[in-house]
Amino acid sequence: MLNRISTYFYLRPKVVLALMLLPPMLWFLVVYIGSLITMLINSFFYLDGFTGKVIHEFTLRTYIKLFDPINLQIFGRTTLMAASVTLACIIIAFPLSYFMARFASQRMKTFLYLAVTLPLWSSYVVRVYSWKLILAQEGIISWFARLIHLDWLLHLYLNLPGLGGPSLSISATGIFIVFVYIWLPYMIIPIQTALERVPKSLIEASGDLGATPAQTFRTVLLPLAFPGVVAGSIFTFSLTLGDFIVPQLFGNSSFYIGKAVLTYQGTSGNIPLAAAFTMGPIIIMIVYLLIARRLGAFDAL
Amino acid sequence: MPSKNSSRLSGERAAWPLKFGAAGAILFLHVPLWLIFLYAFTTEESAYTFPPPGLTLKWIPQALANPAMQSALYLSIRVAFLATITALILGTLAAAAVYRYDFFGKESVSFMLILPLALPGIVTGIAMRSAISLIHIPFSFWTIVIGHATFCVVVVYNNVLARFRRSSNSMIEASMDLGANSFQTFWHIVLPNIGTALLAGAILAFSLSFDEVIVTTFTAGNQQTLPIWIFSQMLKPRNRPITNVTAMLVVLITALPILLAQRIVAGSSDSEGGSK
Repeated sequence: MLNRISTYFYLRPKVVLALMLLPPMLWFLVVYIGSLITMLINSFFYLDGFTGKVIHEFTLRTYIKLFDPINLQIFGRTTLMAASVTLACIIIAFPLSYFMARFASQRMKTFLYLAVTLPLWSSYVVRVYSWKLILAQEGIISWFARLIHLDWLLHLYLNLPGLGGPSLSISATGIFIVFVYIWLPYMIIPIQTALERVPKSLIEASGDLGATPAQTFRTVLLPLAFPGVVAGSIFTFSLTLGDFIVPQLFGNSSFYIGKAVLTYQGTSGNIPLAAAFTMGPIIIMIVYLLIARRLGAFDAL
Repeated sequence: MPSKNSSRLSGERAAWPLKFGAAGAILFLHVPLWLIFLYAFTTEESAYTFPPPGLTLKWIPQALANPAMQSALYLSIRVAFLATITALILGTLAAAAVYRYDFFGKESVSFMLILPLALPGIVTGIAMRSAISLIHIPFSFWTIVIGHATFCVVVVYNNVLARFRRSSNSMIEASMDLGANSFQTFWHIVLPNIGTALLAGAILAFSLSFDEVIVTTFTAGNQQTLPIWIFSQMLKPRNRPITNVTAMLVVLITALPILLAQRIVAGSSDSEGGSK
């Protein structure tokens, strides 16, 4: 019996293919693509301000709302944050990636790779939580500032408008630090992979031909590492755009995209506006990817 | 950008500023996790003073006995378990189809599977929230599981596909030549061959689901998974010592299996689960 079934399928590879492919494709088309489509549909509905009910009829007024100055400000603030986080991640990741790619022995490399990916896989919420402990007013940063007699500097910094706040754990700087911490591994791995492919002879040649280390870095190493930098930045940029946990926990009243989406769908039940708002990060990411492709970032990947 | 990186490149040893920068990045990634372990033992109840005024073990039994924490943990485990099973089935099927056959749109399969992880979590979250609202699906245990399974598929898919690509087809052909039918071949040859890849994929999927908070916020209604419980505790701290201990527990529950998965994968030199 089993043999006959087996032979039946063996002679009909298309049937087997359909049986294998159908469940995952059906799941993704219905659950995921279907959800994305309902999001798109929802964004063309609107919330009646008086009844608090979502009116199911085609309109662009929800999208027009996105261009309120306050909403534009949210987009601007979030994009600026995502860009600064990306830049900081590049600067912190580069030395480590370079060390891993060029100087680490095989054992050391395995160890470092594990050290970089382990935080990535361990709990996101808990990693965020750890910074609640660190940045708290009575936490380790303040303690350290007192220890080296620089607490006046910390106070001065916290008084800066825009960057500071009552304590580091409620400030734009706090949000920035936590984002950099959370997304850093996403930057290290691609840069390391790109640097791994730079032949050593190229760097030696550059030095032999009289380039200073700074020139070698700028004209040889950086252009060759660039695809990795862009690949990493796609992650850090996109993840920062869409996150609401960190701004919620470390922010004051100023909104970021994720937090705005959460608030609109939650407390005010305005799913159309939340859906339209989400189109923001999607469009920003598409533009970002197009620019990245223009720069030739994908050619070498 | 520090130019020190390129100094004395031809030598075998790294310049000390480079070592310093590398060590700094590693410490930056790890010290916060060590602090989680330290604070689980602090005697303090309502602040995060450093250094802790004293150390105690008394919060651990209290945290483990906390009913809210227990039910959140139980929910998270059930969700992660079902999401993992679903992801195992769907991911393996997709990987096998992509490996064995040529068909129209083959290149886009990987792309579609990775989308839920590659797009910001909020996109997946609000998309599912839209679907739930538009067709009036009630929030339930199952809406959480469906959301989680969707983004877990790709880690299983990546692991299994990498294994398929590494293994040769001759074993399967030999088995068939020797008279085994497809089912016997699957059971005796294919399954043992992809076994560790399945295990590694399952561990990664489990910890991905166990840990997820963004999509879950939109699909869970009033139910609290463990990460959502911790998140709510951070928003309105009621019971800091218990949160501290739970945080430590979560690090252990997610990190140890990952180390194990790395071991399994390293032992067979596969690629790991791709990006989170």
